[in-house]
Amino acid sequence: MKFIKYLLTGIFFGIVLSKSEVISWYRIYEMFRFESFHMYGVIGSAVVVGAISILLIKKLQLKGMNGQFMSLKPKENGFKALLFGGTIFGLGWAMTGACPGPMFIIVGHGAPVFLVVILSATIGAFLYGAVKKYLPH
Amino acid sequence: MIEWISQPWPWYVAGPLIAVVLVVLMYFGKRFGISSNLETMCSIAGAGRFVDYFKVDWKDKVWNLVFVLGTLIGGYIAHEYLTPDTAVAISQSTVDSLKQFQIIDAGADYLPKELFSWESLFTLKGGLLMVLGGVFVGFGTRYAGGCTSGHAITGLSNLELPSLVAVIGFFIGGLIMTHLVLPHLLAL
Repeated sequence: MKFIKYLLTGIFFGIVLSKSEVISWYRIYEMFRFESFHMYGVIGSAVVVGAISILLIKKLQLKGMNGQFMSLKPKENGFKALLFGGTIFGLGWAMTGACPGPMFIIVGHGAPVFLVVILSATIGAFLYGAVKKYLPH
Repeated sequence: MIEWISQPWPWYVAGPLIAVVLVVLMYFGKRFGISSNLETMCSIAGAGRFVDYFKVDWKDKVWNLVFVLGTLIGGYIAHEYLTPDTAVAISQSTVDSLKQFQIIDAGADYLPKELFSWESLFTLKGGLLMVLGGVFVGFGTRYAGGCTSGHAITGLSNLELPSLVAVIGFFIGGLIMTHLVLPHLLAL
């Protein structure tokens, strides 16, 4: 039962990304060709509202469900890993038109063939784990 | 109300609602980020037997898998009940650029069926896009430690400099693929 809130939040997120067409390959292709403001507006306004919210949460010292102050543990990845990994992801994002969230959403949105993309991405994550120690980080 | 919901949602509605998801998960004590699920799925599938990296206790990551299952259900609900017209109003220049690759009805649906369908999976073009593209997404997001949700939305919102580096990487890769590689790939 304690997981139901995550299921509901996920459903909400899936509906938002579906209705705003973020899960459409065309929207990603269009974004990388700078032919529409749509995707930049979605990501940009999410970040602006998110940043203001986090600022307020910290300023007002709001507490979360567990009674502790709400905070986010920053990521600590190496510069090379961020840049190289980010670039490899970017290649795949432009090919599939889907980042890890949308590839699940689009399966529900009538494109079960994206299960193949999810499986491939899982194999990609496995390959990373397998060769991690040989890569610059 | 339902009529309004049935329209495509503009960016200034979607963006703030994504921020709501970030804040709600923060309230639950979690950091919004989807690509780590790919690793968790490896661990559950037994990848730890081959690679130590996946020998982790994934019990505390189950919430995120449940979240992802929810997103899939959300996609289903949106498709079945909230989207009577699945046309995507992409720009005319995007439509025109795709015509040269025999994608004639660009924007008529969420995906070009010429590229993403069970039939196209067994063509060189569709297979490369879905399988190689998927591998890049999985490999790259785990190498960078996050994807659009973890780095671009959450990281940038939290003013984390490493996330800015990752997002610059996302765009370097996306621009190289879209402008230098896809024109050849789509012509296959």
